Amino acid sequence: MKLGKFLFAAAAVTALSTGASAGTLDDVKAKGFVQCGVTTGLAGFGAPNDQGQWAGFDVDFCRAMAAAIFGDAAKVKYTPTTSKERFTALQSGEIDVLARNTTWTFSRDVNLGFEFIGVNYYDGQGFMVRKSLGVTSAKELDGASVCIQTGTTTELNLADYFRSNGMSYESVVIETSAEGRGVYEEERCDVYTTDASGLAAQRSTMSDPSEHILLPEIISKEPLGPLVRHGDNQWGDIARWTLGAMIVAEELGVTSANADEMASTSKNPEILRLLGGEGDMGAQLGLPADWAKNIVKQVGNYGESFERNLGTTTPLALERGLNALWTDGGILYAPPMR
Amino acid sequence: MTDVTPSNAPGQHYPPGQHPDLPPPPGTVGFVGWLKTNLFSSIPNSILTILALYLLYSAIPPIFFWAFIDADFEGASRTDCASAGACWALIDVRFNQFLYGFYPPDELWRVYATALVLILAVLPVLFDNIPFRKLLFINTALLPITGFFLLSGTGSGQDALLQTVETPQWGGLLLTMVIGVTGIVASLPIGVALALGRRSNMPIVRAMCVTFIEFVRGVPLITILFMSSVMVPLFLPEGVNFDKLLRCLIGVSLFSAAYMAEVIRGGLQAIPKGQYEAAAAMGLGFWKMMYFIILPQALRIVIPGIVNTFIGLFKDTSLVLIIGLFDLLGIAKTVVTDANWIGLIHESYAFVAVIYWVFCFGMSRYSIWLEAKLHTGHKR
Repeated sequence: MKLGKFLFAAAAVTALSTGASAGTLDDVKAKGFVQCGVTTGLAGFGAPNDQGQWAGFDVDFCRAMAAAIFGDAAKVKYTPTTSKERFTALQSGEIDVLARNTTWTFSRDVNLGFEFIGVNYYDGQGFMVRKSLGVTSAKELDGASVCIQTGTTTELNLADYFRSNGMSYESVVIETSAEGRGVYEEERCDVYTTDASGLAAQRSTMSDPSEHILLPEIISKEPLGPLVRHGDNQWGDIARWTLGAMIVAEELGVTSANADEMASTSKNPEILRLLGGEGDMGAQLGLPADWAKNIVKQVGNYGESFERNLGTTTPLALERGLNALWTDGGILYAPPMR
Repeated sequence: MTDVTPSNAPGQHYPPGQHPDLPPPPGTVGFVGWLKTNLFSSIPNSILTILALYLLYSAIPPIFFWAFIDADFEGASRTDCASAGACWALIDVRFNQFLYGFYPPDELWRVYATALVLILAVLPVLFDNIPFRKLLFINTALLPITGFFLLSGTGSGQDALLQTVETPQWGGLLLTMVIGVTGIVASLPIGVALALGRRSNMPIVRAMCVTFIEFVRGVPLITILFMSSVMVPLFLPEGVNFDKLLRCLIGVSLFSAAYMAEVIRGGLQAIPKGQYEAAAAMGLGFWKMMYFIILPQALRIVIPGIVNTFIGLFKDTSLVLIIGLFDLLGIAKTVVTDANWIGLIHESYAFVAVIYWVFCFGMSRYSIWLEAKLHTGHKR
C-alpha cells in the first residue's frame, strides 16, 4: 500500500495548507442538505433498497443529522465512497460527514486530521465454524485451517492470537468475501474469520445458516463510527450529539412511536431536555429546539435503528452484544445530556 | 442413388473416358462423412472430440437446470426463492436499477428520449443509405448538447423545464453508455489528431503528442480514474468541486484517445509513400491530402483495431466503481449487498454479462459488416 500511504501523506499535507474552514453548518443550511459519505454497499450498514433509496445503519446516522438540522430526514445526499477514496472525499469538502463503518484508529484521528465523533457500532474479529466440528471456543482451534482475507489487519490479528495462545493454524488465503464464503462452504477450511458483523452477514447467505456458529471469542477491537473534518467544532458537536441523542433516547425509552406523547406528558426532566421541552440545547448547537425529537421521530432511537437494519428480525440477525446499552450489559454509553 | 443397370454393372467395360461417375465412397459424404473429416480425422482428434463432448455434457445441463428449470422468477426477497436454482426475482425487482441506477422514476422518460436521440444520431454515422441522412446528421452534431440537457436537466425549482438530476443518481447501463459513448465519440477525433501530430514534421507538435501518448499509455486506467477522483479535489480550493462523473469522462476520453492514436498511426504507416507524393503532386494541401486520400485508406485498414479499442473501452468503464460511480457492473455488485438479496452474486453477474456480451458482439458484427462493405479488392 505504498500508493495509499503516499495519498494519505498528500491528504495530510493538503489539509494543513487549505485547512478546514469553519461554518460547515452554515454551508449545509445554505445548500439545504447534508452531503453524507456512505459505503458502496455493505449489508445492513448501507445499500440501496429495491426503490433505489439508500438504507442501512450508517445511512440512518446521515438521516438523523438531516432530521436534527432541517427537521426532515430526507434532506440528505449520499456520496458512495470506496475504502480508498473515503478520506479524501471528506478532506476535500466533497462530503460533510463520513458514515461508512470506519474503524476509529489513532492515525486516522490524529494524522489524517479527522475527528471521530463517537462509536456507533462496536465490531471485532470473530470466528465462524461448522457445528459438526464440535468446537465451542476459539481456544480449541489448534491446527485448524483458517480462511482469511489477504492483506488485511485480520490476518495480523489472527497470527497474533494464535501465537499468544501457543497454537498453530494453516491459512487458506482468499481475495474477497464472496470467494471466502464459497471456499468455506466447500469445506476447504474449518474456520472462517473476519469482522463479526461480516461473519453474520455471510452466515445468513448460506444454504443452512443453523449449521454454522460464531465462536464467542472476539480477538480485536474495531470501533466503527462516523467522522468529520478537524477544525469545525460546532459541526463536530452536532454530529457527536446526533449519535448521543439516539443512544440517550433509547436509554430513556423514547421511541419514534412515543416521542410526541413523551414530549408533552413526561415528567422526567431528562426527557424534557432531550425533546426540547426544557432548556436550550438546540440553540446551543445552532439547531431548532426540537432537533432531538425530530431525530427520534423520523429515524428512531439507536435500538430501533439497530433492529431495523441489523437486528434479529433482519436476514443479518445480529445480536446487540457489545452494542447493548451499558445498562443491559453492553458498552454503549453516551455522555449525559445536561 | 444410382441403380444397378446393365451399363454400370460390375464387370461392364467402357471405352476410355466413357465411364460414368461413380458415387463417392460411403463414409465421405453426409453426416458420417462430416464427422469423419472434422471430428474424428485422427486418433488425437477423436480423443479431443470425446473430451470436449464430455466437458459440454458435464457443464451445460447443470447450468441449464440452474438458470431455467430450478430457477425462481418471482419474489420480493431471497427468502422467496425456495428452489435450488437461480433467483431471478432479484433481476425482476431491481431491473430499473440495473438499467438506470437511481434515476428518479418520474423522470425516466428523459432516459428513453435520450436513447431515442442517441439511436437517431448513430444511424446516419453507421449506415450511408438511410433516408434523411443529412437531416439526421444535424441531430448527431447536437447530440452532446441534447443528451446533456435531457439527462442532467436545465435547473431545479418550480419553473425549470427539466428538473436537475444529479450525476450520483445516474447508474447502471445508463452510466455505462454515457461513459462508453462519450469515450468513443471523443477518442476518435482526438486520436486522429494525436496520430497525425506524432507523424508531423513540426518538432514541438510531435514532441507534445509523443509525450501525451506515452505518458497516458504508461499508466493504467485505474490510476487515471483514481487520480481524477482522489488527487484533483485536493488541489482545488475547498468547496470547489467539479462533478466526479465529468472528471471521470475526461480521464476515460484522454486515455482511450492515446490508444486510438497508436491504432490510427498503424494505419497511417501502412499507406505507401507514393500515395502522399501523388496527392502532393496533384496540388493538395496537407488537410485536403489527409481528408481525401490518406485517412480514408488508413482508417479502413485499422477498422478491426478501432473496434477492438471501442470494445475494450466499453468494458473498461466498469473500473469506475473504484471511484464510487455505479456503472452496470457496480450496480451488480451493490444490489447483492442489500440484506434482502445478499449473496445472489451469480445471478447478478450472469445478467450483466449477457448485457455486456450483447453490446460487444453487436459492435464486433458491425465492424465485420463494415469491412466487407469497404472491401475494395485489396484484401488478402
